[in-house]
Amino acid sequence: MVNLNVNLGRLQLKNPVMTASGTFGYGTEYSDFIDLSRIGGIIVKGTTLRERQGNPYPRMAETPSGMLNAVGLQNKGVDYFIEHIYPTVKDFDTNIFVNVSGSTIEDYIITAEKLNYLEKIPGIELNISCPNVKEGGMAFGTSCLSAAQVVKEVRRVYKNELMVKLSPNVTDISEIALAVEAEGADSISLINTLLGMAIDAERRKPVLSTITGGLSGPAVKPVALRMVWQVARAVKIPVVGMGGIMNATDAIEFMLAGASAVQIGTANFIDPTVSISVLEGIEAYLKAHHLSSVYDIIGQLEV
Amino acid sequence: MKKFMLDLIVKKNEILNDQYFLLVLSSDMPLPEILPGQFVEVRVDNTPDTFLRRPISINFVDYQLNELWLLIQKVGNGTRKLSTLTVGDTLNVIIPLGNSFTLPDSKDSNIMLIGGGVGIAPLLYWGSYLHERGYKCNFLLGGRSENNLLQLCEFTKYGNVYTTTEDGSHGEKGFVTMHSVLRGSNFNDIYSCGPTPMMKAVASYAAENGVFCEVSLENTMACGFGACLCCVTDTTDGHLCVCTDGPVFNITKLKW
Ligand SMILES: Cc1cc2nc3c(=O)[nH]c(=O)nc-3n(C[C@H](O)[C@H](O)[C@H](O)COP(=O)(O)OP(=O)(O)OC[C@H]3O[C@@H](n4cnc5c(N)ncnc54)[C@H](O)[C@@H]3O)c2cc1C
Ligand SMILES: Cc1cc2nc3c(=O)[nH]c(=O)nc-3n(C[C@H](O)[C@H](O)[C@H](O)COP(=O)(O)O)c2cc1C
Ligand code: FES
Repeated sequence: MVNLNVNLGRLQLKNPVMTASGTFGYGTEYSDFIDLSRIGGIIVKGTTLRERQGNPYPRMAETPSGMLNAVGLQNKGVDYFIEHIYPTVKDFDTNIFVNVSGSTIEDYIITAEKLNYLEKIPGIELNISCPNVKEGGMAFGTSCLSAAQVVKEVRRVYKNELMVKLSPNVTDISEIALAVEAEGADSISLINTLLGMAIDAERRKPVLSTITGGLSGPAVKPVALRMVWQVARAVKIPVVGMGGIMNATDAIEFMLAGASAVQIGTANFIDPTVSISVLEGIEAYLKAHHLSSVYDIIGQLEV
Repeated sequence: MKKFMLDLIVKKNEILNDQYFLLVLSSDMPLPEILPGQFVEVRVDNTPDTFLRRPISINFVDYQLNELWLLIQKVGNGTRKLSTLTVGDTLNVIIPLGNSFTLPDSKDSNIMLIGGGVGIAPLLYWGSYLHERGYKCNFLLGGRSENNLLQLCEFTKYGNVYTTTEDGSHGEKGFVTMHSVLRGSNFNDIYSCGPTPMMKAVASYAAENGVFCEVSLENTMACGFGACLCCVTDTTDGHLCVCTDGPVFNITKLKW
């Protein structure tokens, strides 16, 4: 038997495989395909204080080995989540994290405070890295000062697992990671999407309604892997890696680079059962290498 | 409806002409229940240039033969690769996706199904479904030229077929909405699928004449099952997903 348990600070996961915000709905979208209780955690859709309609169509462009999205945090707001969605997800036998986003620090604080009282939500993922909203979002995650400030304020009101999600659209990601660690983040997840763009040459127009959007999928994996490695070396708190994971080998690479757990995003669209095959693949890898715990691979890159 | 990810087997790949082909797929297991208007997400090969799945309407279902048809137009890499499938190949699909067309109120209803180009695909299954249940259908099918009019022999099995072509090579010359049959009869229910400008013209015809009308939209999709929110269309209820709240919408709901 291999031990797949991982520690995320205030929280234990039964295994290191989670699904990424904005790509897994509220979990229910996948329940026809997989047994949700097998995965280590689900990060639900980006949630804001008030309802957001998101950006106009078109919101998606397929790109080589990836896609650009410009969803823009469409969601019905945190109160709607608490009243209507929480009851349908609270009994899933896995860890449900709410991905929290805001335009002002005040928004983040109020949203986090409301989620504090939900017994079956063991943590939030603070999204200071969304490239698809005009105000706020990524703006908080691209300077050490504002990243530190929003984490500090949320930490004051939020008592459970506080995972902070970093943007790759920065010059030095370890600086930001150190800043949020210093303000009390329990764990750090990365990367959110990379700012990108697609053009329709025939029509001489941008493909996305917002012109620029967030790139995800295997196209970003080498960048994500490098950033996870840099951050894991810089901080002491657990790191959750993501960006282009399509299979167990990809996930193991992130863990070797220092990630205690991984999140799977875009790959779910192509194979809605991928999280289970990644989980099974990690287990098989550990067995094949005669290792007894995932900790035998976390950060075990030989350089 | 429960969704499945299945490996279907190619039983036939019929080249209709240089632009269109028909995939006849089958399964070892009985096909799940599929409603007219629903679609599948096919996995092409998940290589760098065809990374995501491709949404394709269900063209026809034959439960007796356990067959499913996909009528496809070659437009880019994904559809071109699908056109090279041969008998015995497997095709991974997620099925069934989306909502479906709404049955008319009465069996006496005067029904018109209007399709353009490859947009006729879901109308064949819908027409056969209505016919099987004792409804009487008319089909008005349009295309740029004769080459773009597909499956006419199939459609005639289920109702009267009217055609238009822009170059006059088949049926009346012009757009579908200019066809004389729309002037002559009083239709109660109109269902349409095709290029957006065509559906908009059909929608305004229906609105002017106070006719119940549903259209089937084609937005770009990353998942096809409600997880990504990439496929939205603007409606009187805000942004709705074409893949789960649609692809079929009543025209009174759309803000387009
Ligand atoms: C609900 C639905 C039903 C459809 N039914 C059919 C059908 O029965 N037969 C058929 O031939 N086509 C159908 N289409 C359109 C079909 O999905 C596209 O033609 C196909 O995805 C193009 O892929 P490609 O790689 O060949 O083209 P490319 O242009 O290279 O594709 C690039 C990207 O854009 C997307 N894309 C391009 N055109 C469309 C489009 N019209 N709609 C949605 N996404 C698009 C592709 O999925 C891909 O992600 C349907 C679309 C939808 C949304
Ligand atoms: C359609 C879509 C929507 C997303 N929405 C969110 C979101 O609401 N909040 C967030 O923190 N990240 C969001 N992301 C980013 C993913 O959670 C993830 O960080 C990114 O896609 C990289 O992982 P991947 O390559 O495995 O998809 C979204 C990504 C996609 C593709
Ligand atoms: S395509 Fe993903 S929600 Fe519709």
